[in-house]
Formats: sequence, C-alpha cells, structure tokens
Amino acid sequence: MRITCPVCGERDRREFYYVGDAVALQRPDPDASDVVWDDYVHNRDNPAGVTRDLWYHEGGCGAWIVVTRNTITHEVLGTELASDVKEASA
Amino acid sequence: MAELSAKTPCAGLLPVSAGGVTLSEVDAGVLTSLSPRRGRAEALGKALDASVGAKLPEVNRATGEAGSRVIWFGQGQYLLMGPDPAAALGAEAAVTDQSDAWAVVRLDGVAAEDVLARLVPLDLRAQSFAVGHTARSMLGHMSVSITRTDPDTFQIMAFRSMAKTLVHEIETAMKGVAARGAG
Amino acid sequence: MRIDGKGLVDRSKRVIFSFDGQSVEGFAGDTVASALLANDVKLVARSFKYHRPRGVMGAGSEEANALVTVGRGAAQDPNVRATVQEVFDGLEVHSQNRWPSLEFDILAANDFVSPFLGAGFYYKTFMWPKAFWEKIYEPVIRRAAGLGALSKQHNPDSYERAFAFCDLLVIGAGPSGLMAALTAGRAGADVILADEDALMGGRLNGDGGEVDGMSGAAWAAQAVAELASLPNVRLMPRTAVTGAYDQGTYGALERVSHHLGNAGGRPKECFWRIVAKRSILCAGAIERPIAFENNDRPGIMTASAVRTYVNRYGVAPGKAVTVFTNNDSGHQTARELIAAGVHVAMVVDSRRDAPESGDYPLVKGAEVCNAGGRKALESITYRAMSGEEKVATDCLAVSGGWNPTVHLTCHMNGRPVWREDIQSFVPVAGMIPGMDTAGACQGTFSTHGALSEGAAAAGTALAALGLAAGAAEVPVAEDTPYRLSPLWAVGGHGRAWLDFQNDVTVKDVKQAAKENFRSVEHMKRYTTQGMSPDQGKNSNIGALAVLADATGRGIPETGTTTYRPPFVPVSIAAMGAGAQGAGFAPQRFTTSHTASVAAGAPMIEAGLWYRPSYFPAAGETTWRQSCDREVNMVRQAVGICDVSTLGKIDIQGPDAAEFLDFVYTNMFSTLKVGRVRYGLMLREDGTVMDDGTTARWGQDHFVMTTTTAAAGPVMRHLEYVAQCLRPELDVSLMSTTEQWAQFAVTGPKSRELLNTLVDQEIDGESFPFMACGEISVSGVKGRLFRISFSGEHAYEIAVPARYGESLYRQMVAKAEALGGGAYGMEALNVLRIEKGFITHSEIHGRTTAFDIGMGRMVSAKKDCVGKTMSERPGLNGDEREQLVGLKPLGPVKQLTAGAHLFEAGADPTRENAQGYTTSVGFSPTLESFLGLAFLRNGRARHGEEVMMVDHLRGVSTRCEVCDPVFFDPEGGRVRG
Repeated sequence: MRITCPVCGERDRREFYYVGDAVALQRPDPDASDVVWDDYVHNRDNPAGVTRDLWYHEGGCGAWIVVTRNTITHEVLGTELASDVKEASA
Repeated sequence: MAELSAKTPCAGLLPVSAGGVTLSEVDAGVLTSLSPRRGRAEALGKALDASVGAKLPEVNRATGEAGSRVIWFGQGQYLLMGPDPAAALGAEAAVTDQSDAWAVVRLDGVAAEDVLARLVPLDLRAQSFAVGHTARSMLGHMSVSITRTDPDTFQIMAFRSMAKTLVHEIETAMKGVAARGAG
Repeated sequence: MRIDGKGLVDRSKRVIFSFDGQSVEGFAGDTVASALLANDVKLVARSFKYHRPRGVMGAGSEEANALVTVGRGAAQDPNVRATVQEVFDGLEVHSQNRWPSLEFDILAANDFVSPFLGAGFYYKTFMWPKAFWEKIYEPVIRRAAGLGALSKQHNPDSYERAFAFCDLLVIGAGPSGLMAALTAGRAGADVILADEDALMGGRLNGDGGEVDGMSGAAWAAQAVAELASLPNVRLMPRTAVTGAYDQGTYGALERVSHHLGNAGGRPKECFWRIVAKRSILCAGAIERPIAFENNDRPGIMTASAVRTYVNRYGVAPGKAVTVFTNNDSGHQTARELIAAGVHVAMVVDSRRDAPESGDYPLVKGAEVCNAGGRKALESITYRAMSGEEKVATDCLAVSGGWNPTVHLTCHMNGRPVWREDIQSFVPVAGMIPGMDTAGACQGTFSTHGALSEGAAAAGTALAALGLAAGAAEVPVAEDTPYRLSPLWAVGGHGRAWLDFQNDVTVKDVKQAAKENFRSVEHMKRYTTQGMSPDQGKNSNIGALAVLADATGRGIPETGTTTYRPPFVPVSIAAMGAGAQGAGFAPQRFTTSHTASVAAGAPMIEAGLWYRPSYFPAAGETTWRQSCDREVNMVRQAVGICDVSTLGKIDIQGPDAAEFLDFVYTNMFSTLKVGRVRYGLMLREDGTVMDDGTTARWGQDHFVMTTTTAAAGPVMRHLEYVAQCLRPELDVSLMSTTEQWAQFAVTGPKSRELLNTLVDQEIDGESFPFMACGEISVSGVKGRLFRISFSGEHAYEIAVPARYGESLYRQMVAKAEALGGGAYGMEALNVLRIEKGFITHSEIHGRTTAFDIGMGRMVSAKKDCVGKTMSERPGLNGDEREQLVGLKPLGPVKQLTAGAHLFEAGADPTRENAQGYTTSVGFSPTLESFLGLAFLRNGRARHGEEVMMVDHLRGVSTRCEVCDPVFFDPEGGRVRG
C-alpha cells in the first residue's frame, strides 16, 4: 500500500502510523452533552466504501494527515494535512 | 575540576568496507534544528543567509556542502549542519541544539544504492534521488534522514542510541550486496 | 536418455549430484528433474496421502509430483520442486514422504485401503472417543500423510529483503514478456523484467518453433542480450512475482543462491517489494492433464513438458512415447519428438476431427482409460469405438488444453471470466489497477499472438506513462489457431487423479457434490483439492469442471475458488528476512552502557533500551543483596543512575504555555521560569496517559520529561494535539531525548558530589527543590534539574551525549568515594515504591486521576485533553479501585505483583475480588515488603486488613491497607 504524504510525496505504508476515523479532528466543546462526547470518543462507523481516516507520517516528516480511501477497492482517493483540514473547519 | 572527554556515536564501530562500498562516521560539527515560527519561514531563510550564508532548502532537498549544509528535516523543520547558529535565528525559529542527538554516517561507493535498496523503502536511484535530494524515511525499523551528497555518496542519520543497530543493518546489507557482486 | 545435438544445456560442463545417495550426472543448465529423466530415473516421489509412486509431471514451477528435499541437516530445504532446482556439483537431493525408502515404502499400504480414505474420511472416521483425536489420531495421520519435513533446527542460511522501483514491471519473459520489455525498453522506459526461470524465454526455450527465421530459443537469447544492454532495463531472472498488492506494489521472490554449491556469502533468497507505475502480466499458461484411471503413473507428463525436456534439455523422457490429447498441442509434441529422433508409439486424440498425420500412428475419437506399471509406466489402455486396446509405452504425454495463468490478476479480489472457445478462464481489464495482460495468460496461445500482444500492451503502458512508443516490428512466428474439444475426465471405475499433490480424485469431487458440498469453495475445503503447495495450478479447472458436471451446472456458474498470493511458495524466512536476531528491533544504548556492563550489571530491556538491573558488589550472591545495598546507599549517601531513557521534549514558541495547559491536567502557564512542575496527562477518554516533570526553561521554552515507556506515544500525542486539535497555536516540538545524557544524582550527599563537578557551586538558594537551570561542567554546558523520584535530596544533570560516558564514570567514582555508587532499576523501583510514586504499573491504561489520588490535579479553571470524559459518572467515586499501600501483617511476609485482594475471611474467588497489587518490593529502609495496590474505595479503608491472594504463585498474605507514601510522608528529606 502506498500513501501520498502531502509534504513528502508517495511513500510506502510502513512509514505511516494509523489512528482511526478523522472525526478525531472535530473535538466537541467541553460543555457539549454526554452523547456528543460519547460519539466523539467511542462511536465509529465501519463503512464499506469511502472513509476518511487519520494517519501519522511517523517514519517520515511527522505530519498528521487525513487520508480519504475506499475500503472495498483500497483506492486512496486523496490526502490532506490534518492541520489544514482543522483550520479550514475552524 | 572534572575534565570531560567526548565520544562519537559510532566510536569503535566504523569504518567498515565491503564490495567497494565504505561506511564511515562523519563529524558534521554543530547540528541545529530550526523550526520556523508561524509564517516566518521566509524570514528565517533571510536570517540564515545573512548569518551563515546558507539557503533554506525546499521540501526533500538539501543546500550547501560538507561543513555547511542545511537539510530539510521534516514538516516545518530544517537541520543546520556545521556552522554555529547565529543568535538572530532565535527570533524566527525554535532553535534546538541536536549536535549529539544523531549518529551521522556516510555510505560511499558505486553499489551504495543497492545497499540502501535492502533497507529503505524509497527509490534512491540517481534518476529520482539526485545529489542534493534528501528524505525522512525508515532504515529497517529506524527513523532516518538520508541525503545524497555526492553521486555515489549518501549521508545517513539515525538516533545516536541506535548507532550500533544502524551499523549492523547497513553492514549486513553491504556484505550481501558484495557477495552478489562477486559474480 | 540424452538426445545428441539437442538442448540448451552446456554439454561441456558436467555436473555430479546425488539423489537418495546415488550419484547422478547432469550438465550445467539442467534441473534436477531433467537430469533424473536423462538418467532414466522415473520414480522420484511418493504421494501425499496414498504414498503412490510418482514421477516428474511438468517442467515448471507448477510441478505437482516431483517434490524433493535439498541439502541436509539444519539447512535442509523440503518440498523443493525438482523441475525448478538447478543442479550443481555436490548438490544433495532426497526423496521425501517415504519410509524406509522410495522404492519400498511401507505406507504405500494406504493405497490398498484407499476405499476408506476418500474425501472427508478423517472427519467421519476419527470421531470417537473425542479425547483420541488430539493424542492418537491426529499424530498418526500427520505422520502418515505429508510432504517433506523441516529439520527443526535453526536455519543457518541468510535471507534478504529489498525494494525496487520502476515505471513498468513486466512479469514473465516468454514471447509476450520479451516483446513487451523490448518495446518499452527501446522507448526509454524504466523497466523491470522478472521471470521465475533461470533462463528467460519461457515457451520459446521449450518449444521447437521459429521466430524471425531463427529458433525460438535463439531469438529469446538475442532479445535478452539486447535488453541487458539497455541501461533503463533491469533483468530479474529466477524471480517469481508472487503477489499484486495495492497501489502498484508487487511481491517477488528471487532465488539467489539455490543453484550454487558455494553461496559465497550470498543470501539464499531475496524477497522484493517492487513498486511499479504500470505492469504487464505475461505469465503464460499451464497445460492441464486429463483425468483417467491411474493417470498418476511415473512417466505420465504434460505434453508441453515432454517438448521442454526434448528441446531445452536434450532429454527423451521415454523410448516409446504415447500422446493423449484433446487439442493440437499433443500433435506438436509428437512432431517434435519425431524430429528429435524419439519413437512415438501412438497418438490418441479424443477429437473425431483430429488433424491427420502420416508421421505417427493416430487414433481419433478415442480416450486413454487406464495406465499400467506401478513404479514406472509400462502401458496405456485406450478406448475407441472398436473397443479397448493396450499399447506398450514408457512415457505418455497428455494435453487437456491450456489454463491461462491468471493468478496475479485476481489478487485484488477480481474475478476472471469463462471463455467457451478455449474452455478456460481469462482476466478482464482493470482487475489490478495499472496492469495489462498479454499472450497466453489472456488466452492467446500462438507465438505470433503473444509477440503482438506484448508489443501492444507495452504501447498502452508507454502511453499511460507519457512516453512515445516506436513502431513495433513484430517478428514472424507461427500463428496456429487453438482448437480443442473439452475433455476433463475419462469415464471408468478406478481412481482418476485431479489433484496429484493432495491425492484428490474424480471420485472425491463427486462424493463432495453428493454430500451437498456443491459450492466450489466448500468442495475445495472438503476434499482438500487445490490446497497443496501447487495451490491447484494443475487441478483447479479440472476439478471444478467435474463438480459442475456432478451438480448439473455450467462451469461459469460453478465459478472458481479465490486465487490468493503467493503465486509460488515463499519461505517464511524470505518474508521475514532481516527481522531475525538483531534485526528484529533496533537496540538503544545509553552512554553509560559500556561502564554498566563492565561493572557486571545484568542489563534488562526497557522498550528498545537496555538498562542496568543492579550492580553486584563483591560477595553479593543474589540480586536482593545488591538491591538492598543500593537502596540504603541512596538513602544514606549518594547514588548515580542513568535516566537518559526518559523522553525529553523541548516545547518552544509563543503559545507553548497555552499548549501545555491544554495537554496537562494542571496549569503550566503559571510556572515561573527556572522552576519545574509535576504534570499529569490524560487520554481524551479520561484515562491517565503519562506523567512527568516539565521545566520552564524560558518564557517560551519548556522542557518536558516523559516516562521511558511512553516517550514515543507522548511525542505522537503532542504532535496530534498541535496539528489536529490546536493548529492555531504557534508551538514547536522537538525531541531532545538523544541529545542529552541525563543522570540522577540522588541522596543526602548529592549536592556535595555535584559541587566537585560543576563550574559554579550550587546551594539551596540557587537550586531549591523543583528548580532548574543551566550549569557547566569544565566548560561543557549542561542542564540541571532539582527533582527526585526517590524522596531524597536529588538532582538530574544532563550533558551533551558525547560527554555522557565520561561524566558517568567520574560521578560513580566520586559517589563511591562518598560511600555511595551506581544504582540500577531494582533499587530505583524500591525507592519509588517507598514513596508511593507511580509508574506505568499503576497508570496502566485503565486508571484515572481520581484512582491514583490526583483528582485535584485536574484544574477546574481550564479545558484540557481528557477533562470532560474524566468527569463521567463511573470514573470517580467509592466504587472505583483506588491507589493504596499494603504492608504484610501476619507470618507470611511476601507480597507479589498482580495478586488479588479480598476482604479478610472472604472466599478468594473472582466475584469477591476487591482489587489487585501493581508494584511490590522489599524495603530495606522499613525492613518490610511494601506493595502498591488498587483497592475498591481504598482511600477510606486505611488501617483495614485485607487478604492478598496470588493464585498463580500460591501466595496468601494478610495485609494492612495504608497510605501509599510509606516513607517520609512529610517530604522533609527531598528539601534537605
């Protein structure tokens, strides 16, 4: 598997550390309800199809990246810097 | 008063040679990590140029030469190798002394590419990784910085504490390549 | 028997090897199979289940019968295909799965009780009594059935892994692969051409036809020479591409030195990961057998294999050869045998409209229905309209048609489609992104067709790569149409083999269908068809055709099983190459390592690091003696301990303080420059992640310390917070763990010791408890922190790592002069338990700040990671297991870690458990075992008696619950 790091370019998957759903970027307000926090911390979809997840280019430049990929075809549809995604949503 | 004696990361381990490839330790001088403050990369470049005459490289590139080099070292990170950092750099970047943090070695020889092909998941052939190209990647299980400094020379940097493993991995690959080359 | 003047082997280079101890002569270029056939050795193996005598069946990597063991002792290599193993002087080959010998194999008795050993026999037979399965039935069955055996010794061979990159990977160097590589290579593309054979050319080397007016083999050699001369083409012979993976990654196994008597330091094999922008599969096709009674006799081979032995190796596989075919391939074999001067006794063609030939006796519309001769073929019987007829023969060449080698195209879950005209499956475009197919692997069987498709596929790839292809000149070659009439199994009563390697017959497949294992996947698992090393390459299509027939469905409807990597067997040693021994994980050494080892300290692993356990002094015979002494030494004088392994992170930037307020539960923005504060970090789910001290080095510069174990995860977490949660903060993170060699100087005489080293004397005013600052040691700038993990007056001093060893040695010498010395992990652990300080034994991923008694450290004034979730119901309160101390009360004084706690008098069973111990140690200071434990509502239970029960070690100890701080609870010593 190859992932294109937005900083370094296309790299072997062994350089990356996988975390999970990119929902992690959407940290709720501290005062948000229990349900909202529960969803944020614990509840994850497991789609057959397109997912967005968070990877860390630990064996490379150290960037956290959001990878959009298809769990059926294994196609990597796009990658973005997590900081860009977060700042764009702020 | 105590007198402190210094020891290099690969003391007693290098140099080693096999099949026309030599691995040796490099005394790269002062190593300074530079992380530009928000929006200050350009200013850092100017300050660097003004103080030590070095250019800030693009991503995956290195500038300068042996004795005074700047290597792209990760997202928002550069490594100044050689000169003492000027105090003025502190205004533009987080400046961290890393002179003792890295084992710095060089791999010389026509077959150096073949040796690294056993260890690094990157296309390091000259056509895609020319002199002045650099990368942060893995060598075996270790996080490394690799730079092609000359047509047949790579500079490789790994954590100081892993110097023994670094030498072991590269030496093993060197021997394998040398044996194949023996025809 | 060799044929004069034929073959590509080097007749000037004689090679002597051994087979079952007998000396065998071959030539350079021979395989074990070709050399054995040249010496008329027909019996080379025994079959998996019935121990049937078997001979060589094919000439390629798909070989199902001729599996042998190469070498002996630790390095012996079982299940090597004799058709792939090249011969060299001194090569030692043994037959396998036979006892006492290949000629006389006692377990061949299985063959005569075969009616009881059909599909599913062990599921049905060995049901009762249940306990017998594991102890008796399975071991006996395993011994009786099987292939070669491992030596069970450490493998002394070396294996290699490597990465390669290219624009275009061409898989297979037959006519289509060579043509594709030539077309792309000439256009300047960056090409890798990989072929599993030592000699590139594929069928051009095995067949007798011409290309471009020269023999196919000569044309192939010329093409390979041209490719070798191109700097942009890399040839990889002996390299089987084993799998196609995501984003253009391919696995490939190179046999580096299997063909060499003296490897000269070369690895045995190399496992390649090849990354290619495009690929062309030119994998060819595999000729399939036809099932009939006793079709596994030694001497029965595929028709193309017979041609290969004649043309490539100059070997006649028999003196009187017969041919059984349903297509023209059999006739080609007959013609080429005759051209080579080998007698063809008879060609049996199942087609009534078979082509006429005056060169050999031909029976049309007939089928071979039996074969005679147990250890070597003696005769065949064919059935024609006129009845059955027996023909004497020592070699039968069989062709049931060709199966395109579609395997790699299916590795990403694609399904091939059935082509009625060739009665086989072919790939469809796009099954592997970036892969094209050409030649026989997509059902184009003529040489001309393969050459033109190779050129065309290269053109497609070049266009995709943005390169211009030159005008492709396809050389002249035969373009015979492929005609066959389907024939899978000849009717009859006896056993007719489909899967030779796993001894699966037509009967077995029919029985599976009868027992309702109708799905091809179920049939496979019930009969074991296709589950042997050849993975059904010779039998899958035949078996599913029989299944389709038995279930009254068509073949496309029946479908195929799933083709998975690897295409050929890959040894675990090759896949795990480089990861044995020292290659398993990097080793991290501190600067004091050499000195510690010299002092006799046993080193223990802490993550990747190596740390000294204890330092045995003269006369000490147990670790406890050393540990007790080291603890006393620290409490009474001064001890030195290398703490460089703790994570050190420099956090800089205008927003560094705000950043730390967010990652730590407590406030850091209020910390004064030159001071240190203990900090607690939570995961977002409210559980404790790590703890440590952080020093404010400057207004915008903090120096964080993490535990050794969490250094990597904490760095990752900080980067996560900085990039994913708070990218608006201007902060930079830099690990400085490797930059500094850091040592704890601990004990009442610590300052006295330091003042003999540092350039500027320190005192209680310049360095009070929790102070930090720059110091220098003979001009070398360092960092000093007055922090303590022992409760004693203590410091941590850091110098650039190059000076670490020197400083360490000098400090240990000075400490010894003051009545102290070095201390190791054991003493460090006792010292911190005496003070109730936690490590990852306590913050093990399930405990909260509340549990460890630090609930008040979660600041109410600000948000931080984990804060909201830490306030959830269930994470706070009386029902939580809380950190307490334990002291033994009764006659049993021992405490053990991981033991469970029960109320005094309660039954020590799971439902009564009240908590568990996490850290224990013997305190020489308090002359007692001490334990840290989590106990339900523990903080309210100080003074209570509980029972500690360790069911594993058989220890039960009465304990008093107390405060976890056992020693110096007022903390007077640390301020000393």
